[in-house]
Amino acid sequence: MVSIFITAFIVGGLICVVGQLLFDVAKLTPAHTLCILVVAGSVLDGLGLYEPFIDFAGAGATIPITSFGNALTHGAMAEAEKHGLIGVVTGMFEVTSSGISSAILFGFIASLIFKSKGKVK
Amino acid sequence: MDEKKYAKLEKEVSPKTPLMRNVIFAFLTGGTICLIGQFVSMFYMTFFDFTERTASNPTVATMIFFAMLLTGFGQYKKIAQFGGAGSAVPITGFGNAVISAAIEHKSEGYVLGVGGNMFKLAGSVILFGVFSAFVVALIKTILVKFGVVSW
Amino acid sequence: MVARGLLTFKTTPSIAATGVTAGPLEKKSPFADKFDKVYDDERCGTKTNEHAHAKMMEDACMIALSKVDSVPGDADFLLIGDLVNQMTPSNFAATTVGIPYLGMFSACATSVSSLVMAALLTESGMSTCAIAGASSQHNAVERQFRYPVEYGSQKPATSQWTVTAAGVATVTPYKKGFPSIECATIGCATDLGMTDPLNMGAAMAPAAADTLTRHLTGHGKDVSDYDVIMTGDLGKTGFELYKTLAGNQGFDVSEKFRDAGEEFYGADTAFLSGASGAGCSAAIFFTEVIDKMMAGDYKRVLLIATGALLSPLSFQQGDTIPCIAHAIELTMK
Repeated sequence: MVSIFITAFIVGGLICVVGQLLFDVAKLTPAHTLCILVVAGSVLDGLGLYEPFIDFAGAGATIPITSFGNALTHGAMAEAEKHGLIGVVTGMFEVTSSGISSAILFGFIASLIFKSKGKVK
Repeated sequence: MDEKKYAKLEKEVSPKTPLMRNVIFAFLTGGTICLIGQFVSMFYMTFFDFTERTASNPTVATMIFFAMLLTGFGQYKKIAQFGGAGSAVPITGFGNAVISAAIEHKSEGYVLGVGGNMFKLAGSVILFGVFSAFVVALIKTILVKFGVVSW
Repeated sequence: MVARGLLTFKTTPSIAATGVTAGPLEKKSPFADKFDKVYDDERCGTKTNEHAHAKMMEDACMIALSKVDSVPGDADFLLIGDLVNQMTPSNFAATTVGIPYLGMFSACATSVSSLVMAALLTESGMSTCAIAGASSQHNAVERQFRYPVEYGSQKPATSQWTVTAAGVATVTPYKKGFPSIECATIGCATDLGMTDPLNMGAAMAPAAADTLTRHLTGHGKDVSDYDVIMTGDLGKTGFELYKTLAGNQGFDVSEKFRDAGEEFYGADTAFLSGASGAGCSAAIFFTEVIDKMMAGDYKRVLLIATGALLSPLSFQQGDTIPCIAHAIELTMK
């Protein structure tokens, strides 16, 4: 029970370290870095590795953006299993809708409530 | 002075990226965000009918809600300056990209401003996520058809 | 040697007054008490950052005019600029004040380029009162050149903070007891292949060093002739590079070298490499430097405003960052 919290912390932290190395060593922009991590998550799921990874690390695997690539691929493959090639396209957002829909919803709500402030500290 | 010589001088004079510090802070920040995610996930598994895998959906939505509050109150950019990739890589960073763009473009109205610009930073993540998912799923489907691998 | 880009003003037009306004965060600046007006609200009571940007400029113009007991109807020319979308803040400010207006653009070097233009108009006898200056507003500039203000991105130690400030000067024919404009040098756009928009100081330093060299050799001057040689917004990193480049040219790089961007926010490390933006050089040149000249501390100064001539588009298309620096020499007779 306690161990999953420790694993989530360490694994999630390590994925962020990979991101930081892409920022600082490879000198990539945040957008490029996040795209690479999303594609990595997608490929890992294609190899059947991401689901066991979630079982192992819990939120350490579902919270980093890599899980977004995993969710998209997972939805596409699940539908493809049922409906063949057509499912590849139709199943894409089956699993991942919560991330995008909540970002859109909360983004809109935030724009109703907040204003940006150029504060430094 | 030519470009090469100047590039060398620039490297010497510009302060070095504090790599160790950045990596450690990214680890701590990212780890903490995932730890909070784990608590949220536990909450949904304990009090609602979710499993380890299905709990990720409401967890992600909740984390983005937290990101909205932190972004709106001007705190997320401070966490980012401290934590670097530690705050950019978790799903809260994706939320921050969408939410900050939405708040910023409010001045151009809700349709042209907020609607038109919400995904100007996060859009590329969706594009490459979708395209990569398409390619990976396509390859897997074909491989299954030819009996190379199974679902 | 043909004096390309070198200007000498025989009538030595004067800077009869200045007006400087700044945002709430600029209260942290050690120069804050010299600013004529500091707003408590970063939107200056308006609805958008861009309107606030225009309002700061309008107020600066009115202050600079009121100090010479004038109203906009007395001014012949308005020469101002900024960095936001086709300079709409300056355009809107010009609409409000209603002075015949020429928009000026040299990125963050606009403070000096507009001052040079005002001096030329005055020298030609076509202007008895010209308002010249530049402004920048942090939020408006940031969202255009970088990210939304609330977006979390880790800025490196070389990055600079765009100031919220507007600074203008009232340029008149020679007036005893006021700083006068003796000569100037129009910079050449230089590009040494820098591409990092979070290290603008490094991109601008070669332009500043080039203009310094051209001004000193072209006008037959030496570093020792000046009380201060102040650059616009190189920031800590750019300032170091510029001093190295100037030293390589054989100039005596001493305490006389100052940089407005490096000093703007004092020693506060939260601002990383220091300040930048068109309002940075304008605000410091038109307060700190002019005040010290009026007080008799400085007799002869050289101001070199620096600007990075990039756009978000040119950066995203992978282009390097061309830069410019204009120099103007002021004396107290």
